Amino acid sequence: MSSDTGSVQVDTPATGSLAEPNRHGYHRFSLGEFGFERDEYFAHITWPTGAHVMSVDSFLRALQRDVAWNFFYGIVNFDGVFGTVNHYGTVDIFAGRYNDAYRKAELDYLENLETDDIRGVFMAILDDWTNEGFDPFASPAETGTAFGEKHGSNTAAVSRVRVEAKRMVGLPGDEKIRDDAGGHPVNRQFADVAQDEPVVEARPGYEDRVGGFNLAAYLSRSPVTWNPSIVSVCRDSLMCPTTEEYILPIIHGNDRAEWFVLLSDEIVWEVEDRDSGAKRATVTMKAGDVAAMPADIRHQGYAPKRSMLLVWENGSADLPALISSGQVSARPVEF
Amino acid sequence: MAEYETRFGSIDDFEKGGVLLVDDDPRNYVFSNVYEVASVSAPFEKVAVAKNQEYVLEAVRVEGVSPWRTPVHDEFALVMSGEVVFEFVDLAETPPEMPRQGSVELKGQPAGPAMGRVTGRRGHMVLLAAGSAYRYQAGAPAALLVQSMASADTRYRWPEICQTR
Repeated sequence: MSSDTGSVQVDTPATGSLAEPNRHGYHRFSLGEFGFERDEYFAHITWPTGAHVMSVDSFLRALQRDVAWNFFYGIVNFDGVFGTVNHYGTVDIFAGRYNDAYRKAELDYLENLETDDIRGVFMAILDDWTNEGFDPFASPAETGTAFGEKHGSNTAAVSRVRVEAKRMVGLPGDEKIRDDAGGHPVNRQFADVAQDEPVVEARPGYEDRVGGFNLAAYLSRSPVTWNPSIVSVCRDSLMCPTTEEYILPIIHGNDRAEWFVLLSDEIVWEVEDRDSGAKRATVTMKAGDVAAMPADIRHQGYAPKRSMLLVWENGSADLPALISSGQVSARPVEF
Repeated sequence: MAEYETRFGSIDDFEKGGVLLVDDDPRNYVFSNVYEVASVSAPFEKVAVAKNQEYVLEAVRVEGVSPWRTPVHDEFALVMSGEVVFEFVDLAETPPEMPRQGSVELKGQPAGPAMGRVTGRRGHMVLLAAGSAYRYQAGAPAALLVQSMASADTRYRWPEICQTR
């Protein structure tokens, strides 16, 4: 069963509603026929054919990525039941849609909403449900607890803007390199990473065409995990490195091939069929390894130590349609 | 408090992971290693280790002084191992054989004013700007990962460099 209901009802202060918070101090939200409520430990999600519960720290970490990435490429599974699909202008919000058991029982449910509408409600949930001291972008070892009765907020943390270089980090007029003075200290797990910058000797007048920066040092100062930011742009080719620690808070379902180059340490990827969730492979990456994620899988990463991952994306808006129509293969390379 | 060791690789010291299959074909993951590819490549060969439609990431072994090249668009070189010196010239004229994408090798010394140079080490990313000519050199074997678009000089060796079973 599915629905194309596009109506959005937001029973929250974000839309001027006077709804009272629940006994734990949190507001209840609705989005189409989906309902969202939290207590001290859990997020409760309801829809016309079912209900689901998630640990609220996991829910908030997933929600943070979904919002910050503007619903990313393809499917953002919060877990094996709930998530979103980006159609780049509209977004599906689903329950059980990519879960074999729910599909067979015909209990899956989906609504398609305007991107601005779902983003507004998701941001309101994120802000209301995130307590003071909890940062959904931080590694679990570097943040406070998500649990308990409502206490304060952390709006500055949950409203971070994704870094997107226009050409390359460090060039005049582009994203700046990170340093102590800019509020980016070296992370505790990257204390041994060299902080030297390349020696740039640009002749006068060529400062915007002769340049370089220390990407490893830049990453060693990232305050967030599992949050790709763009550092260099070659037309639609985007270098999106990120630092990873613990578990990727979402299970990313691809709508195009995605490539990983591991720059340091180790990450293990559990790979499943995108639509059914059936296990397909485990990919273990070490420094220098390159691996593709084909367009018909979903994956979740595990990083035992903070590591540096170079995510490489083709940002072409045409790719999802070309792949779904069969004009472009789901396999990254044929050989 | 624990002390952490960040493990990078180099062209002569790297470990490789792999794909453990449950129900899949390893070729779907196009799994290779930049250091391994660079360790067996000829100097300055541009070996694709990733491809997404017309875009590529190329592993390049740098050893000695490369020929000059010019890119159609901005390219970016990430030094993965060793130390590499990049030199740049502002091309006085666009070569007649310019392709639609990627870069092309130039014959001899390009005409035009020197733009400068960049010395990069492991972890450093360097701009290879559109409209410039560039060459790179290294006294000891080094490795680059180049973000570009496929060109006539891009080499594809998937069966040799990737896990196939």
